[in-house]
Amino acid sequence: MAPVLEVTNLKTHFFTRAGTVKSVDGVSFRVDRGEVLGLVGESGSGKSVTGFSVMGLIDPPGKIVEGSIKLNGKELVGLDEEGFRKVRGREVAMIFQDPMMTLNPVLRVDTQMIEAVTAHDKVSHKAARERSRDALAKVGIPSPEERLNAYPHQFSGGMRQRVAIAIALLHRPPLIICDEPTTALDVTIQSQILAEMQSLCADTGTALVWITHDLGVVAGLADRIAVMYAGRIVETGAVDPVLDTPLHPYTNGLLGSLPAEGEPGAPLRQIRGSTPSLARLPQGCAFAARCDYAQADCLASAPDVTPFPGERGVRCHHPLNLAGVAA
Amino acid sequence: MLAFVLRRLAQALFVIAAMLVIVFFGVNVVGDPIYMLISPEMDQQQIAETARALGLDRPIWEQFLVFLKNAAQGDLGRSFVHGESAIKLILHRMPATLELAFVALVLAIVIGLPLGLYAGLKPESRLSRFIMAVSILGFSLPTFWVGLMLILTFAVSLGWLPATGRGPTVSILGFETSLLSLQGWKHVALPAFNLALLKISLVIRLARAGAREAALMDYVKFARAKGLSQSRIIGVHILKNIMIPIVTVLGLEFGSLVAFSVVTETIFAWPGIGRLLLEAITRLDRPVIVAYVMVVVVLFVTINLLVDLVYSALDPRVRLTEATS
Repeated sequence: MAPVLEVTNLKTHFFTRAGTVKSVDGVSFRVDRGEVLGLVGESGSGKSVTGFSVMGLIDPPGKIVEGSIKLNGKELVGLDEEGFRKVRGREVAMIFQDPMMTLNPVLRVDTQMIEAVTAHDKVSHKAARERSRDALAKVGIPSPEERLNAYPHQFSGGMRQRVAIAIALLHRPPLIICDEPTTALDVTIQSQILAEMQSLCADTGTALVWITHDLGVVAGLADRIAVMYAGRIVETGAVDPVLDTPLHPYTNGLLGSLPAEGEPGAPLRQIRGSTPSLARLPQGCAFAARCDYAQADCLASAPDVTPFPGERGVRCHHPLNLAGVAA
Repeated sequence: MLAFVLRRLAQALFVIAAMLVIVFFGVNVVGDPIYMLISPEMDQQQIAETARALGLDRPIWEQFLVFLKNAAQGDLGRSFVHGESAIKLILHRMPATLELAFVALVLAIVIGLPLGLYAGLKPESRLSRFIMAVSILGFSLPTFWVGLMLILTFAVSLGWLPATGRGPTVSILGFETSLLSLQGWKHVALPAFNLALLKISLVIRLARAGAREAALMDYVKFARAKGLSQSRIIGVHILKNIMIPIVTVLGLEFGSLVAFSVVTETIFAWPGIGRLLLEAITRLDRPVIVAYVMVVVVLFVTINLLVDLVYSALDPRVRLTEATS
């Protein structure tokens, strides 16, 4: 089956005065129909920039310098603004992190939904409004007819995110990119939204790229996981094997820093140091300086992807848990 | 909403009352108008008679009480110079000034907004830098010099537009306007542009700052992610957000356009209240000065009230807070 999204060797760089920031530097992944890919990483690892690259929303000084993004077999890199406009919202939608900021504060919800419908479908105002109302009902907003006339500030954060999800679903796109859509919400709302996204996408066969730093969310939601570090995917594979027997020391460190892992009262484990500046990446492995297992060759050369059975891959000279994979 | 309007009205009345006191005493402690009005050959008795006729011989608090009593009936005294009711003089000249200020305001929006938007959305382009450089000139060049240059260029050298005066007026609903004829527009073009220059620069700066800020907001990125066209994003999503500060500032600026059109009106011999004020000041024509200040105060207060109302129409968040309070 042809994948919905196929990203190959994507490089998105930002040309700033301080130098070239290689936010995304050779990222390849694939999302199949109806599949949920968890894109995990710390702040500044390039996961959001990857999402925006797919949406064609990279603004100067940023630029996709290399690679290919194929959506339903169609190449997106090099598309002009109008070409991208036709793709956005219809073939790939996006949900943002902060629901308080994504809706325009001075426009009514119906205005913002109807314009999203008519951006791609030439339908009457009335038909667009009905479609918007149905979309609101589907994401669990009570009395959608009245809520259409409300302004964003009259909604709670969770409700606003539902509106954003309803907007993303308006054209039933085969792919939705979710940029940490539950990070800003309460835990209870978060789990509601997660459950709803899951069932809505299962109904429509929509694939998701779920960008997050929350491994807990990924464990419950995603089919496959891609761990990003300093602009590269360092480990990828099906969710359970990766989380059970992480191959990359960075994935291992991330899992180790989850509060649930340690004994109560024991100091939390951390990954020492901080992410390197993306404008001045080291010659060797970008993680070497923080890695407990680093050896001389890690500082000398950057590792390539080593494939493992079950479509797993890891970018490391000395992967961990090799016994677990072999078994 | 009604409570909101009533509260603002009460505040407005207080401001007007306070201004009455300040203006009356402020104007009446400066100079003695009687010596400006008499002819040199008058003797002391004639002077005293003139003073009595004008009510200038009585103690100042008594003058103030009379002034208040008359003001309550809409009478701010008679002009010492023209012998006419001061308020009538002002109101008679008012339409010309309002017309000039209105055209200047429209120019400020029509020219300033698109330029500012462009400069805000494409901050790196050469044209944007040029626009910003010109806007600095607009801020810093003195009005009188620009006015003279405009006359020299468009009236004297090119001969396209008349240098002074106002076109023929027509009365519409009791308002005298010259904007219904081509001749009227030709006359108003130069003074209005001269008056607008500073405001154009102001609108450019406001629109640019607003657009630069709005362009980075998530809601703009989300609007793009929905597949909206660039024109809809700029024309609806960005514009509606940046109009909030611009309307506020321009509302206040309209008051200052009326109040400070003095220089422009003098240069272009525009028969408005600015020139009337200048004449009144040089001749210490107190009632006219007081009437002028009061009219301007009322105008400012009214505009502020209107701006508040428009503001709540533009920003739904203001509406809600007022409804709940």
